[in-house]
Amino acid sequence: MTYNLETAEHPEKLRRVAIDPVSRVEGHGKVTILLDDQNKVHQVRLHIVEFRGFEKFIQGRPYWEVPVMVQRLCGICPVSHHLAASKALDVIVGAKRLTPAAEKLRRLMHYGQMLQSHALHFFHLCSPDLLFGFDSDITKRNIVGVAAAHPEIAKRGVLLRKFGQEVIRVTAGKRVHGTGAVPGGMNKSLTIAERDELLKDIYHIVSWSRDAVHLIQKVHIQDPGLYNSFGIFRSNFMSIVGHNGDLDFYHGTLRARDDNGKLIFDGVDYQQYDKYIEEEVRPWSYMKFPFFKSLGREHGWYKVGPLARVQNCDQIATPFAEHERKEFVDYAGGSPMHAPLAYHWTRMIEMLHAAEVIKDLLHDDDLLSDDLMVEGERKMEGIGVIEAPRGTLFHHYRVDENDLITMANLIVSTTNNNQAMNEAVRHVARRYLHGREVTEGLLNHIEVAIRAFDPCLSCATHALGKMPLAVELVDPEGQVIHSLSRS
Amino acid sequence: MTAPVVVFAVGNPSRGDDAIGPELCGRLAKWLENEGLAERVDLIEDFQLNIEHALDLQGRELALFIDAGENTPTPFIFEQIYPSTAASHTTHALAPEAVLQVFRQTEGAAPPPAFVLCVCGEQFDLGEGLSPTAQDRLAEATGLLEKLFSQPTAAAWSLFTTGR
Repeated sequence: MTYNLETAEHPEKLRRVAIDPVSRVEGHGKVTILLDDQNKVHQVRLHIVEFRGFEKFIQGRPYWEVPVMVQRLCGICPVSHHLAASKALDVIVGAKRLTPAAEKLRRLMHYGQMLQSHALHFFHLCSPDLLFGFDSDITKRNIVGVAAAHPEIAKRGVLLRKFGQEVIRVTAGKRVHGTGAVPGGMNKSLTIAERDELLKDIYHIVSWSRDAVHLIQKVHIQDPGLYNSFGIFRSNFMSIVGHNGDLDFYHGTLRARDDNGKLIFDGVDYQQYDKYIEEEVRPWSYMKFPFFKSLGREHGWYKVGPLARVQNCDQIATPFAEHERKEFVDYAGGSPMHAPLAYHWTRMIEMLHAAEVIKDLLHDDDLLSDDLMVEGERKMEGIGVIEAPRGTLFHHYRVDENDLITMANLIVSTTNNNQAMNEAVRHVARRYLHGREVTEGLLNHIEVAIRAFDPCLSCATHALGKMPLAVELVDPEGQVIHSLSRS
Repeated sequence: MTAPVVVFAVGNPSRGDDAIGPELCGRLAKWLENEGLAERVDLIEDFQLNIEHALDLQGRELALFIDAGENTPTPFIFEQIYPSTAASHTTHALAPEAVLQVFRQTEGAAPPPAFVLCVCGEQFDLGEGLSPTAQDRLAEATGLLEKLFSQPTAAAWSLFTTGR
């Protein structure tokens, strides 16, 4: 766990390769690689090129607006921000424990979000790489190429995503900008018709999710040389875990392990997160670098997300997903798996778990109850944490006596993975670019490593013409000597 | 009953001129209501286009994608689009042409005739409102939308295309 390749000794003498922005990653990512005259790699950095201004966007707003407003931070996982903010504001309105109906409705919304997000990531963003190979024809390496070669897989991806969106729509009230969760509970329950409509499809959804796990398991096991080593680095890992150490995306306590799986901390109330986690600012990146205080900056960084969660929990409470978790753990051989491409396998185990939880919730009549709100003693500060699709998400607010937000601190999942993603990119650059000419296929290897983490660099702007992919080779004098672009 | 025309209005209302899509969607909704045409048009607003939007094309006779553009011709482009893979290397979002292509591949049929209205924006920062320039362009684009939905057929719409 070192910072090798983060900073070159004499960058002025090196050639610069920039991947700007990273394709098929939400938002604006940029990778710069400094090479010398022999194409040896001296420095690799994953940059975030957009300053997000989240906190400024939120400060000064009435607290009850926040769960709706924060959905506009991210076009990919608005529900995650909606629920993390609502949980933080539950604390502020004194709602220590939600009604059973409210908590189950929020869980349904959240697990719908996990299902659709994981389906989108796997079928749309990553299956092109996995099914065609990292060096395959670029014109086919996309979802449309998948649809042409594997129409049934592509169709299932679309329908899984659509089902998750429908779960969100009926729980949040709208397809986007939903208002379902409010401080202290929920503002709507399900109608019988809404529940029955979802029940019609859920058994297909569970079945297709199982197939998806088996598909990625097969792809992984068929090429262990690649999948067990591509971009690999060892690190600590963290997530929330639920009751009895269960995998839980909605609520629990913080647990962290070292790279060998040994506990660093466990059972930590996330209202105390700032006693355990600190964020470091580095001059070359807008995105902060969080680390465990007890281990320090150099050794305390960690990874989050599916690969961390599935290995951090003690068990999964739904049977099919638990069976798949055991298969994964057995394959890993009793110690934590750190290969970034194993994110895909664990992501599909989580998708299966989400589908099973949705099925169970749809058979629970609490979803139809109108007992949705609680309140209690008003507080001035609250912290909400959930496991978002990409990893642990923190929302921390302070509110004044006029109900206005005076302080907001968000640690988004991708920030938690910042150092980890940089490490993966450095490994791939060292392994695949060192001493070789740069080609589109080789550059895609860098992007494959980044996409394994499913980073969301938070740009909900997507205007037409806004996001071409440009790759530039720049010599030590700053002259562009070669460029590649996608549009 | 599926409405014969579907409109996808794409954008984030809190990111400056990215709000062009949702703003035009709101204006169109009011106009359709006033004209008694609301039942013939489904308006779908979203942050960005994605694979599931291909399913919203099922059973339609005509589709329109409304979006903001950056560095696109001013005040707007209005043109017919066709299924294509070319624009799919973006982010988590799909281009309108790629949504049509996903429909063709997953449904095994040609998508309905589709057009894009892309209004040029100037700034897209979080927390910013619409720029004055975008406000002016919105007025022009609203005028076009009223003409289009007075006669919602592909043949009639093709007479209004601007070309790039």
